[in-house]
Amino acid sequence: MNFDLSKKTLREVNSYLQNIDLKSNQRDFVIKNPLGNHALCAGLQDEIKVTIKGHVGYYCAGMNKNAEVTIEGNVGTGVAENMMSGLVHVKGNASQSAGATGQGGTLVIDGDASSRCGISMKGINIIVKGSVGHMSAFMAQSGNLVILGDADEYLGDSIYEAKIYCLGKVKSLGADCIEKEMNDKEIKHLSALLEAQNIKADPKKFKRYGSARSLYNFKIDNVSSY
Amino acid sequence: MCGIVGIYLKNKKYNKQLGKLLTGMMNNMASRGPDSAGFAIYNKSSKFKYTVCLQKNFELKDLKKILKSKLTNTKYKLIADHVVIETSSKPEKTIPILKNIQDIDLVGYGKSIEIFKQVGNPKDVVKKFSLDKFSGSHAIGHTRMATESAITTDGSHPYSTGEDECLVHNGSLSNHNNLRRSLIKDGIEFKSQNDTEVAAGYISNSLKNKTSLKETLTNGLKDLDGFYTFITGTQKGFAVLRDEIACKPAVIAETKDYVAIASEFQAMAHLPDVNKADIYEPKPGIVYSWGS
Amino acid sequence: MSEIKKNLKGFSTFPHDTIAEIQRSAREGIYQIRGLGAKRKVPNFDDLVFLGASASRYPLEGYREKCNTSVVIGDRFAKKPITLDIPITIAGMSFGALGANAKDALGRGASAMGTSTTTGDGGMTPEERKSSKYLVYQLLPSRYGMNPDDLRKADAIEVVVGQGAKPGGGGMLLGQKINKRVAQMRNLPEGIDQRSACRHPDWTGPDDLEIKIQELREITNWEKPIYVKVGAARAYYDTALAVKAGADVVVLDGMQGGTAATQDVFIEHVGIPTLGALREAVDSLKELNMHRKVQLIVSGGIRSGADVAKAIAMGADAVSIGSAAMIALNCNADMYPEDYEKLGTAAGYCHHCHTGRCPVGVATQDPELEKRLEPDLAGKRVKNYLATLTLELQTLARANGKSDVRNLEPEDLAALTVEAAAMARVPLAGTTWIPGYDK
Repeated sequence: MNFDLSKKTLREVNSYLQNIDLKSNQRDFVIKNPLGNHALCAGLQDEIKVTIKGHVGYYCAGMNKNAEVTIEGNVGTGVAENMMSGLVHVKGNASQSAGATGQGGTLVIDGDASSRCGISMKGINIIVKGSVGHMSAFMAQSGNLVILGDADEYLGDSIYEAKIYCLGKVKSLGADCIEKEMNDKEIKHLSALLEAQNIKADPKKFKRYGSARSLYNFKIDNVSSY
Repeated sequence: MCGIVGIYLKNKKYNKQLGKLLTGMMNNMASRGPDSAGFAIYNKSSKFKYTVCLQKNFELKDLKKILKSKLTNTKYKLIADHVVIETSSKPEKTIPILKNIQDIDLVGYGKSIEIFKQVGNPKDVVKKFSLDKFSGSHAIGHTRMATESAITTDGSHPYSTGEDECLVHNGSLSNHNNLRRSLIKDGIEFKSQNDTEVAAGYISNSLKNKTSLKETLTNGLKDLDGFYTFITGTQKGFAVLRDEIACKPAVIAETKDYVAIASEFQAMAHLPDVNKADIYEPKPGIVYSWGS
Repeated sequence: MSEIKKNLKGFSTFPHDTIAEIQRSAREGIYQIRGLGAKRKVPNFDDLVFLGASASRYPLEGYREKCNTSVVIGDRFAKKPITLDIPITIAGMSFGALGANAKDALGRGASAMGTSTTTGDGGMTPEERKSSKYLVYQLLPSRYGMNPDDLRKADAIEVVVGQGAKPGGGGMLLGQKINKRVAQMRNLPEGIDQRSACRHPDWTGPDDLEIKIQELREITNWEKPIYVKVGAARAYYDTALAVKAGADVVVLDGMQGGTAATQDVFIEHVGIPTLGALREAVDSLKELNMHRKVQLIVSGGIRSGADVAKAIAMGADAVSIGSAAMIALNCNADMYPEDYEKLGTAAGYCHHCHTGRCPVGVATQDPELEKRLEPDLAGKRVKNYLATLTLELQTLARANGKSDVRNLEPEDLAALTVEAAAMARVPLAGTTWIPGYDK
């Protein structure tokens, strides 16, 4: 089923997709002419497939649950923010705060992600085939951020228990973020994440980063980190 | 908080449509900045152009009367309440004369630049100044949501920072009051409590002291505290700078014919061939420039 | 010793508590973290009085002659605004900061009086949703427990930009309160000290907030009123920006507002008193022609029906209570003196919410301490307190000739101090003088 955002309103399209008639067999949807609209496909909750043909604005597929959303273009700030489950696939580049506070599901970005990719992530898996901007994985609590390209400054600043795997160069690490061991268990874990998206990359060549856990309880010796 | 837009044409293909293209971008950014709007259009002239805003009850004929004997080779273009004075008289001579006239405000000056700004919804402001009829080589624009200072024309962007130069800003500075006081000591004048006016004063003060624009903006990263995406217009093009934290948005779309920048991609969605454009974001703390 | 002490002169600049604090800093090397709100005296509603009835203005009879207290919240854009029976709501306090019994009790009390409660920095608990007739769901920088199902279950959504106790500070919960359930809801390891962000992760500034609000409306079918909550910093501008960003309601929390845990220096030295901020906010709404169209809910040191009445007279649509609601639950009640002593404090002085050892079982996750707060009885206490506030409000409104509390106006007030007169823009009693105000 096709929608054309140059002819229909954002509200009409979102409303339809948020309240699918599950009795009909319609599960595949295409949206043309997104024209940089914001909050397109936000709040989806059913197992449907949506393809967006073009560039979108902020919060595309925000709080996505169960749905599979593919964007054939670039996305603005906060794509898949607070996603709960399902899959969001960005074929172009992503702006800031991609996958912000994501609680579950998978976000795949074929191009680059800008600053704060995976900020405050809470269980989402984010895979970026290109590079990520500065402050990525800031305060990341849980989930996995896999980067095939490079990472800009302050990667994983104030990170909790999320895991970062990076194939390329990391400009600098943030407060309390350190390089960690890539043992067999980790290689297997990363391998599964890559295979699930059909990505051909050698997990052994990645480096892992995570929390040094020294900021977990307030200590006066850490005062310069606060 | 605001919307900022800019477009630089790499060739002459869209020169005549420059105003139309900018109008579409400004209209789209009206929701981000509903309080006031302004734009700077660059169209090279052989003479100097001075854009002034007429105060209430002061008419073009009154202005012509005063300037008749003072400026040489002068033409006047009236658009709403702004007048573009085109004259061979150089800035060193002309600006003091214009500043002396109480009932006008000098909005911008240079060999290419014309600046128009006004209080009101951006959609009304661009209509009022017939932006869609303008042509030129490049332009920047601004839609304003006033944060901590009043909604007045003096508080609107773009701010003139020198000959053919201007500034628009999205964000909020945090040390502008102290900085304003030290710039006043250096002889810079301010008409409002606006933080952007301080950034403009900082830039023009630095340029006056023969520092390059790139070095000025780079120094600004240390001297200006707060959140910002700046676009500075220059005679040949424009430059963009985001602060190191880079929370305020900026997207660039580049084709073989133009480079466009806006706070949201939405503002550029109607530009020609934008679906084939190279779309990227400027990185924090780096000066990007085109045309210079 | 007491004979000598009688004639000794203490230091105004270094009173006993300041001496104790400096010596504590010297021992521990870190700032003091504590709960509740500003302890020091600031200009507040006590400095205003109502004029009442007179030869020119006639009062209403109590009980028989009705005095309406209900208020509609959120009808600017939302499809389903909320009608509250009383203009007093319960402010956001997290599950984590408070125990489950406390949240349950607040819900029961508020529902019994036809008003709302608010979630906090931990997300929505099922108990809270069950016991609250109207539940406002907060969107905070942390986004702990945020999910679209809860957004849809809520009756309103409150985007938190800041709170009065710490405008510019993020949430804080120390390890001793992060037990298994709290940890799970917040997606954190048990027992660690929670560091929270002070800015939202996916927007900064009212221009981007406008787009965020649009997203929240899209996810909830434009049904729920959207509130924007700010701490009292630049209330005049913040109110205007919330309106421009598309909020239905502005929630303004003055410096007296409480918190479960933050640095003492933040609580005492950042933010302006509710009295001054409220006037700024109302001015802003009036200038935008949005007074009563975008509702204003005010919090920070609301204690009695007199405070409620004065806030409404100054232009608020409703008030919110946090610390006062906790006190109704038993916070600082005169019981379990040994447990207060163990914390190094006493009833009436306690601010030890951050320790998780609340002697009365309100701000704790400890199951033994929680037993001291029985939700049904505590719920009744909250209901009684809200009912008392309402009766006091109506008494004062009737005394000023109002059949609806919303008809209280600034001209019904006089100020007892110069500061209050200037901040509230109300004349000094017995004069026509408003300092700094030129008609």
